[in-house]
Amino acid sequence: MSVDARAAALAADAVPGLPRDDDGPVFREPWEAHAFAMAVTLHARGLFSWPEWAAALADEIKRAQQRGDPDSGDTYYRHWLATLERMVADKGVASAATQLRYRAAWDHAADRTPHGRPIELRPDDFEPA
Amino acid sequence: MSDHHHHDHHHDHDHSELSETELRVRALETILTEKGYVDPAALDLLIETYETKVGPRNGARVVAKAWSDPAYRERLLQDATAAIAELGYSGRQGEHIVAVENTPATHNMVVCTLCSCYPWSVLGLPPVWYKSAPYRSRTVKEPRAVLADFGVTLPDDTAIRVWDSTAEIRYLVIPMRPAGSEGLSEERLADLVTRDSMIGTGLACAPTEVA
Repeated sequence: MSVDARAAALAADAVPGLPRDDDGPVFREPWEAHAFAMAVTLHARGLFSWPEWAAALADEIKRAQQRGDPDSGDTYYRHWLATLERMVADKGVASAATQLRYRAAWDHAADRTPHGRPIELRPDDFEPA
Repeated sequence: MSDHHHHDHHHDHDHSELSETELRVRALETILTEKGYVDPAALDLLIETYETKVGPRNGARVVAKAWSDPAYRERLLQDATAAIAELGYSGRQGEHIVAVENTPATHNMVVCTLCSCYPWSVLGLPPVWYKSAPYRSRTVKEPRAVLADFGVTLPDDTAIRVWDSTAEIRYLVIPMRPAGSEGLSEERLADLVTRDSMIGTGLACAPTEVA
């Protein structure tokens, strides 16, 4: 499996609305690049096709707009992330409940990590299942 | 999974903080890694290709202004936090920054453990090797050898100072202004300022290196 910048460029071409400049995708914050790279990787693993992703993302954006999303462009990757979460659940990789559990564990890890230290996840950050 | 859940506890500065969004991203990365869908090293490599495409890269403009405006350079060295805010760049990540200037006599290099307050809006995406504790400690012990790994060779009589970021102090290296950049606008100068040059693992580009 090789996920390279070329695969990412294909994604940028296949998914409408992706924030980009002449060279390719651009990101407002580091987490956006992580969310993008995860989708590119999962696509390379065959979890979904780009048309499938684009449809799911469009659906996510539509639902957000119905909830009153300002649609100012700066929320694009929030929708991208929500799509990623939904795709991961729908494809049976990890349920929404599992995702919440991991999220809570990271929250716990941040809480116990003194300011200025790297945050690392430990087994005891998880609530007992 | 609501988009609108706000994360408003632990503002206590003794603790690290991750936004709700950062928690979600980290949760997914961990899950996908554990399930074997994602190789974290490959993911980092892919993300690294967007090094120049993440965030506003305010630091490059700060450096370009310091090169062009001696009074600004002075203010930056005196109080970088205020000088950076002067350009309209502020926020949690921009706070408590100290600027250190490279000269023919001294080269500065910064290491960081990548806590949650990494000043990415100023410095851009952190390098992947910051995650490696052995690499960071090697930088402190033998900075010249690490610089050589990055393809940077400095004159023997240039002293190398390594700065270790803390929760209180983050550093911005002001690289030496490259030869041949006389007369360039601040905007053009900012294009010469790479992420690596602002953490001291690289030099600013020569104008001929930038299209």
